[in-house]
Amino acid sequence: MRAIDIKLWRELWRLRMQVVAIAMVIVGGVSIFIMSLSTLDSLFETRASYYREHHFAQVFASLKRAPLSLVKRIEAIPGVDRVETRVVAYVSIDVPGFDDPVSGHLVSLPDNSRGMLNQVYLRNGRLFEAGRDNEALVSVKFAEAHGLEPADRLYATINGRRKALNVVALAMSPEYVYLIAPGSYFPDNARYGVLWMARKPLAAAYDMDGAFNDVVLTLVDGANQQDVIDRLDELLKPYGGIGAYGREDQLSSRFLTEELKQQQTTATVFPVIFFGVAAFLLNVVISRLISLQREQVAALKAFGYSELAIGLHYIKLVLLIVSLGVAAGIFLGIWMGRALSNVYMEFYSMPYMIYLLKPQVVIGAILIAGLVAVLGTLHAVRNAVRLPPAQAMRPEPPAIYRATLIERLGLQRWFSQPTRMILRHIERQPLKSLLTTLGIAMACGIMVVSGFQEGAIDHMIDVQYNMSQREDILVNYTEPTSSRSLYSLRSLQGVERVESFRQVPAKLQFEHRFYRTSVQGIDASGELMRLLDSDLNIIELPPHGVVLTDYLAEILRVKPGDLLQVEVLEGSRPTLQVPVIGTAKQDLGMNAYLQRETLNLLLNEGNAISGALLRVDDRYQRDIYRELKRMPRVAGVVEQRASVDAFYENVAQTILFYTFISTLLGASIAFGVVYNSMRIALSERGRELASMRVLGFERSEVAYILLGEMGLLTLAAIPLGLLFGYGLCAYMAFEFDTDLYRVPLVLGINVYAFAALVVILSSVVSALMIWRNLAHLDMVAVLKTKE
Amino acid sequence: MARTGQTAHAPLQEDMVFHVHGVTKVYQMGEVQVHALRGVDLDLYRGEFTVLLGASGSGKSTLLNILGGLDTPTDGHVVYGERDLTRASEAELTRYRRFHVGFVFQFYNLIPSLTARENVAIVTEIARSPMRPEDALALVDLDQRLHHFPAQLSGGEQQRVAIARAIAKNPDVLLCDEPTGALDSKTGIVVLEALERINRELGTSTAVITHNAGIAKMADRVITLADGRIAEVAVNETRLTPGELSW
Repeated sequence: MRAIDIKLWRELWRLRMQVVAIAMVIVGGVSIFIMSLSTLDSLFETRASYYREHHFAQVFASLKRAPLSLVKRIEAIPGVDRVETRVVAYVSIDVPGFDDPVSGHLVSLPDNSRGMLNQVYLRNGRLFEAGRDNEALVSVKFAEAHGLEPADRLYATINGRRKALNVVALAMSPEYVYLIAPGSYFPDNARYGVLWMARKPLAAAYDMDGAFNDVVLTLVDGANQQDVIDRLDELLKPYGGIGAYGREDQLSSRFLTEELKQQQTTATVFPVIFFGVAAFLLNVVISRLISLQREQVAALKAFGYSELAIGLHYIKLVLLIVSLGVAAGIFLGIWMGRALSNVYMEFYSMPYMIYLLKPQVVIGAILIAGLVAVLGTLHAVRNAVRLPPAQAMRPEPPAIYRATLIERLGLQRWFSQPTRMILRHIERQPLKSLLTTLGIAMACGIMVVSGFQEGAIDHMIDVQYNMSQREDILVNYTEPTSSRSLYSLRSLQGVERVESFRQVPAKLQFEHRFYRTSVQGIDASGELMRLLDSDLNIIELPPHGVVLTDYLAEILRVKPGDLLQVEVLEGSRPTLQVPVIGTAKQDLGMNAYLQRETLNLLLNEGNAISGALLRVDDRYQRDIYRELKRMPRVAGVVEQRASVDAFYENVAQTILFYTFISTLLGASIAFGVVYNSMRIALSERGRELASMRVLGFERSEVAYILLGEMGLLTLAAIPLGLLFGYGLCAYMAFEFDTDLYRVPLVLGINVYAFAALVVILSSVVSALMIWRNLAHLDMVAVLKTKE
Repeated sequence: MARTGQTAHAPLQEDMVFHVHGVTKVYQMGEVQVHALRGVDLDLYRGEFTVLLGASGSGKSTLLNILGGLDTPTDGHVVYGERDLTRASEAELTRYRRFHVGFVFQFYNLIPSLTARENVAIVTEIARSPMRPEDALALVDLDQRLHHFPAQLSGGEQQRVAIARAIAKNPDVLLCDEPTGALDSKTGIVVLEALERINRELGTSTAVITHNAGIAKMADRVITLADGRIAEVAVNETRLTPGELSW
């Protein structure tokens, strides 16, 4: 090995602690880059594969009842590839041993097959046996929530009749990756599930022999989806069709898309920050490393090494450190990516997960890390080789300092000499101080973001369920019913308040913009469903006109005073013109609200209601459920609190993982920045500090100068970091906004406190390590050696 | 001198500052043992100006480091006042340096971020009964350059700031390690004049180590070291002033 290369390895070993600290930052950057992007690619890949393999439909439509003969005409629509009709029903389910109301969808499967479209995946068990009409497949998450296994039994109230069903298999379907009950915003696996039954018994129960109430289709390549939807709507209109929609509007698919979109934002924001910090650290550390070798560089030059050879020597040193970090980062990234993908697989109820690590992701990580390192090195090497050897071999002249601004303002008498040293040192290298501060601030910012999600969800739920939608139980009727039905609800023991609602699916249109949602008729004087303005004050709902969710108004670009076209997708399907009278703040969903009576009037119907909101006495809740289960017109019940709790349970794992990772990485960044900065300061100022020890200063007094500076920068970095974190959260909240939900930009004091605490702790750990180094300051050498 | 605390040794004679007895120092340099001091006996007296003369490798720096509480001998005793420095803890040595010893280094070792006055103040702020930094700097004729930073001072000026810093705490002993080593002879003499003045006016015991025999003539006593042993102790009947020196 050539002598200069031996020097390389020795340097590497001598600098091992710093090497590890730098490598840790690179590991952080690379691993989160790989984790984020590979998880994202895996999710997209798995979804695509799952949809393809299981023939996920592209157009969906529900209707009241149509004869099977209509299928021929649907198939004839240009662009349609395959058509499958189904019988689908919303029913209440009874799982033995579980008292809470449970609702679910019953979906028919063609006899003895997994279906042509939206094919089910059987996790364990078998398909129906011919002739058996009491067998069901149960969605996996629902089965897991209840511990159901094949051969277990449950009951469904099918068209008013309670029927025992034997579980024959647990199943998944691309149609129900994300399972959410009607009227709810969160998955609640214990209280909502999907059951698949053979077509014959289901059709018989709903009077659908030779008929269907649901149709799904796929399209040929290049077909115009909107065209197909329009023609399908035309065909289904006479049969009570409530409007066809594409895959992008299918509930489960839409949630999944939104989730992936969020992942994409996270997957780009974080690696950028990490690489930014890693780049900064590399640059700082390497510049210092090389300037400390000023005499060696001069000696090498004096021996006749070219500037290029010296530059290459240091680039090799840096690349060795970087490759160490990159290699470890790739392995860690793959490990975390697999772990995270599996968490998502569980969360999204996918039958399998294809872990996809694209070569360009790995190459990207290597190139970015390498490039950043080489650029930083070149800069430092250029400074080192610039001086003629003779000059470089002399000690550096004393660094030039001056009184700081605060001192010139006359405040200096408040500062001791050590404090002045701190201030002047910071002011002498403003750029370096600023970069150090920025590095720590970024770490702090990341910590803020990691706490943001949970807080935002808390706030979202607090506003939605404690201030706006305050019922204990939401009762969905099987079909619109007279408001007289409320009496029977009111008469139940323990029911304290009952309010009605009327809900119809509708297409809202303003100018050329439209949006499909439901129009809600609510009690004007209601206490259980209240609309809030942006300051969370209650909005009085006037009798004439419609109030829109603010985000919906934004999408339609409609403002109070405009006339909104409401095309009702139910019953006689009237098209109405309704004035917009205001907007309401709502983080979940997008709806249009009217007074219930007004909606009844516009629909030209009597006092029809779609369901009711109940406030109940906790003690009677179980009894009330039991009563509700017995009422034939009650299709399902949503207990918001339970679904919120269930949701928390569900996402807790994801959030925990996410918080764990970002805390780890935030702390490692903070540690990397602080430790390296202090390490460098120690090597730069070791002589000065050792002199002070000789003069009789205690270790703690000397430490004050070094650690005080870093402490000051850390303290300056924290508010900056909190601000930076807020900005990041604002960006992410903006990116996360969808029509399903808006992420409110709410950051609790605990989020800030946690972020600050992690940064401070990281600094303290670095400080303790430096404290140990201070014990070994060589006082004897100071007397003799030059700089 | 106050006699409190635990006494390891009998107190020194009234006029004695250091009593060095049988001091050896062995450094382990890899697999080789280097004998820097091989049994040194030496007494230094109050108000005395001593020059420790020797070639490089003679052990003079090692001896000064041990006297200054920067290093501990392998064997032997160094008694300062009532304490045995060879038995002192790290914290005791720090206090010793803080309150009793003034150091002047070959390369000045000023703190670049502090002005001349502040470089002195950093020591007076932690001392027991220091002089004012301004007065200390006046003693070395730098009262006009109080607010200059090291980068704005010549080498000789920097060394005089270092001397002011060393004496401002009113130390019992001033230890100077090649104080003129980095200076030309003219500037060196100015620095030596400052040391001589301090010794004369304040009566501070001063030990200067140097390899420059020319300086020896200004000392009360000249102790010559060679190969880790004291080779010769010479007393100058008449001391020359630094102005009369040449090298």
